[in-house]
Amino acid sequence: MNINELREHLCSEYPDLCPLFSVEYGDGVLVVDASRLHDAASDLRDLGFDRLGMVTAVDTGDEFELVYRLQSREMHAGIFVKARVARDIASIASVTDLWPAANWQEREVYDLFGITFEGHPDLRRILLTDDWVGHPLRKDYQDDRIIRRPDYI
Amino acid sequence: MAFVDDLGAALDKTPGGGIILTSLDAVMDWSRGKSLWMMPMGTACCAMELIAASFSRFDFDRHGSIPRPDPRHCDVMVVAGTITRKMAPAVQRLYDQMPDPKWVIAMGNCAVSGGIFYYDTYSVVRGVDEFLPVDVYIAGCPPRPESLQDAILRLREQVSTDSIAPGKSRALKSDLPAPGSPRKGEPSTPGGDAG
Repeated sequence: MNINELREHLCSEYPDLCPLFSVEYGDGVLVVDASRLHDAASDLRDLGFDRLGMVTAVDTGDEFELVYRLQSREMHAGIFVKARVARDIASIASVTDLWPAANWQEREVYDLFGITFEGHPDLRRILLTDDWVGHPLRKDYQDDRIIRRPDYI
Repeated sequence: MAFVDDLGAALDKTPGGGIILTSLDAVMDWSRGKSLWMMPMGTACCAMELIAASFSRFDFDRHGSIPRPDPRHCDVMVVAGTITRKMAPAVQRLYDQMPDPKWVIAMGNCAVSGGIFYYDTYSVVRGVDEFLPVDVYIAGCPPRPESLQDAILRLREQVSTDSIAPGKSRALKSDLPAPGSPRKGEPSTPGGDAG
């Protein structure tokens, strides 16, 4: 299923998601409101996206952008779902109940970005040690152990 | 170890015991140096070279260096790869489980100094010598198995200086060129060590 067929399929099944759909670099992208993320994810799973490939986040400086990669074995198609949360809130609904694969992925995002996932069954650090202070992939992360690279290298 | 240490100390004090001590040292160092079993602490890409070293092309069995999966069997820990802050306690624990006498080879730039992860990294230990006593360092990213072979031979030299009497050591005799010694064919300089 190519990108146009995917758009038509999405618009016919879920018209309210249709205006949120766009194409970036040849991939379908669905930018949803953070409060509606779980509903949209549920709809997309019902549409046929049965595989959660990846959950990650981007620190844009002002806010965090959650990125979910969904794939469908049946449709041979993939789609990105993006949701933005404010930096001081840094919280979004978990999709662990829809795709169990989200469990560790969301723990990783929590570990490195400090974004809490509401409804996650076991939200604790996964990559760093349990006594780690801070979330290293945030732009404002401070750590005295980091040696900054000098300009001449 | 306690018995060997006591024996060495007693021989060292006994008049004329030095003759027996040096002979015993020679036997002990020969047997230790030629069976340096490796604890393959492979955490990253250097482990591929470490694996290649034990296969038939390089065949480290002929040096007596056999990789063993259990730290209690091993004499030398080869730290091959990046050690993260989360991994460091596990490496320390495995090192503590190895019986004395034990040695450490830091293989590759990451284990030597952190390598490419030296700057701008929050998670990597800058060199395994931050928490382990390293005997031989190998540079390279990753080093070839020949470098590891050189490290094993260097370590064997170092082992050959050990004495079973506590606090004693023997003179280093080596066929390998030491740093500063002239290369083959070069005239020896007055300050250099002619070898």
